[in-house]
Amino acid sequence: MLRPSEGLEIDGFKLGECLHQGGFATIWDVTHPLYRTPMVMKVPTILDGYDGPTIVGFEVEQMIMPRLTGPHVPRVMGVGDFSVMPYIVTERIPGKSLLQLFKTAPLPVSDVIEIAARMAEAVHALHKQHVVHLDLKPDNFLRRETGEIVAIDFGLSRHDELPDLLSEEFTIPMGTFPYISPEQYLRQRDDLRSDLFALGAMIYELATGKMPFGQPERLKGVRKRLWRDPVPPRALVPEIPEWLQEIILRALEVDPNSRYQSASQMLFDLSHPKQVKITARGLKTQRDGFWTVFRRKRKMRKVRRFAAPPTMLSQIDRAPILMVAVDLSAEMEELAHRLLTWVQRMLVIQPDARVACVNIIKTARIGIDPITTEDGENIHVSRLVTLRAWAEKLDLPEERLTYTILEHSDPGRALLDYAANNHVDHILMGARGHSSTRRYLGSVSSQVVAEAQCSATVIRLAQAEGEGETAGK
Amino acid sequence: MRLAILTDIHGNREAFSAVLADVERRAVDRIVLLGDIVGYGPDPEWCADKAASLVGAGAIAVKGNHDNAIGDTSETMGKVAAAAMEWTRPRMNEAQRQFLAGLPLTQELGDILFVHASANDPGDWIYVTSAQRAIGSFRVCSSRLIFCGHVHVPALISYGLTGQVQEHEFRIGAAVPLIRSRRWIAVVGAVGQPRDRSPEAAYAILDTTTNELSFRRVAYDVGSTAAKIRAAGLPEMLATRLLKGE
Repeated sequence: MLRPSEGLEIDGFKLGECLHQGGFATIWDVTHPLYRTPMVMKVPTILDGYDGPTIVGFEVEQMIMPRLTGPHVPRVMGVGDFSVMPYIVTERIPGKSLLQLFKTAPLPVSDVIEIAARMAEAVHALHKQHVVHLDLKPDNFLRRETGEIVAIDFGLSRHDELPDLLSEEFTIPMGTFPYISPEQYLRQRDDLRSDLFALGAMIYELATGKMPFGQPERLKGVRKRLWRDPVPPRALVPEIPEWLQEIILRALEVDPNSRYQSASQMLFDLSHPKQVKITARGLKTQRDGFWTVFRRKRKMRKVRRFAAPPTMLSQIDRAPILMVAVDLSAEMEELAHRLLTWVQRMLVIQPDARVACVNIIKTARIGIDPITTEDGENIHVSRLVTLRAWAEKLDLPEERLTYTILEHSDPGRALLDYAANNHVDHILMGARGHSSTRRYLGSVSSQVVAEAQCSATVIRLAQAEGEGETAGK
Repeated sequence: MRLAILTDIHGNREAFSAVLADVERRAVDRIVLLGDIVGYGPDPEWCADKAASLVGAGAIAVKGNHDNAIGDTSETMGKVAAAAMEWTRPRMNEAQRQFLAGLPLTQELGDILFVHASANDPGDWIYVTSAQRAIGSFRVCSSRLIFCGHVHVPALISYGLTGQVQEHEFRIGAAVPLIRSRRWIAVVGAVGQPRDRSPEAAYAILDTTTNELSFRRVAYDVGSTAAKIRAAGLPEMLATRLLKGE
């Protein structure tokens, strides 16, 4: 096996300077006559003799990384064989890891939210591609000049459609102790919500400057997080708003079922702070008392694993963001009712869904904004009240419902933008009956169906026989 | 190059045709038959002829224990298999007998080895049912990829740089990269008599360019085959097992 050194040429790649020397790998600046993109090469440091963990971790990276696409992962340019020299060449992401930034924590709340949202966005992008990272930490996030966060180091990751090379390899939990989730401690490697726990730990650290579970050096110390709750962030930094503490502590719940059920749902809360439902978690001012912790410890002692979803995609499917566009005008009452029935049905098959109810106030023209007038204000408030009354019948817990009134001259465009910005998985909306003007001018629902990047379901009322034809004439 | 790998057809014309039709649609360059073309099923003649014509057109084929039993009466078999073999043997014409008898036990293509049961002692029909049982096959040859059948339950096993042998879960239809740092054994499930609780015919596609393997399943008219088995007076359990896939 070759060892990397400056000047070495392999498969057309020429090694330059060594940029980083870590415990398990070295990173080299490389060039290739065919590629103009700045690139780096990662070469695992394989010790002589048995070095299973390093080898398998690198095999996992070689298997998973070439399959990932998009701005939140580095683009892979080449992969090297173990028989000559194992390596992975990727584009070089300029700038440093988030570790530098974390060293300056606590950060102002606005910065915490911005970075938290971008990290959640990157994690959601991985999950959508079947990958749970399982080793999220500040050193494994880079930042592009355009702002997107890039996840690196997939040595402990799991792709739910590929063999898990690590499953039988090690008998000890794998991950980085300050950020590892309780289920990873129990050696479960199949739950995307483990990444949400790590995100929660990182946001905690950004906001308070402290790690929620400290820096345990032994596994015994890691185990404590199965029953011992962290100090509430607001007890450390009183400026942290209740809603942010709510988000952090929800992500840090011990049982994955009590956490956010997908990164997109977490991102949704981070982008709509006013809509976050504050529970006891957000209001907590101190750690749980002795007896609570004692009881929890007794209970957790027996826990061998937490219920995990059958597959990652099934988890994303059962926890989608459903956007429901409701028309609340009087003549559409029956359609709004029908739409409600459909949302209820969808909640049966997607039990962890979160529902974003949206209503549109159509403005006359761009530039003229009725909300500035008192009248406009009234319209806005009354619409919100009606929307809430409509959604109340869904019987969903507050924290899974949001209400938004959009104002736009082009309702279709407004709905599409809202769906795209909020990573909506499915749009439900009603369509008015057929009419000739609609046929010629086009309807909002047909525009949404045609242009939406996610699934869209249009609900129509059954028409009396012959009605459609007459209307069409 | 894309290879379609089929095994354990077992005289099941409906399953064999359905898989070949699926192969047609998937830009496959070459077909590989891992043996047990006949035995158990009601259409051994058609299956043997079809296999012979595929081989004539460039397919790779190896011999299975049932193919061997046509000409070799000393082959030991279970009760049901033996009864079905008694029924099958007289139905084979001279050309079919010669074709089956002439099949080799193993074939190689580059760094790939094809064998019906296991690479260690291919004529002994060892079942590769676990990672432990696969070790022997890895030890006797240096091929990077080994494809076998015989078990009727698909499986994927790897042999790592440090000598660890591991069985892997996989999802039907998903392309698994057979990373080059490991050697791999793929037990391809049965076309004509699946036993993993799915009645759908199993096969696999290997893309040697991307180095990816996909296990596939194809639905076929199981009811017709089961009816033929009953009409032919073959043991009843051969019909029920097809319907249940066990």
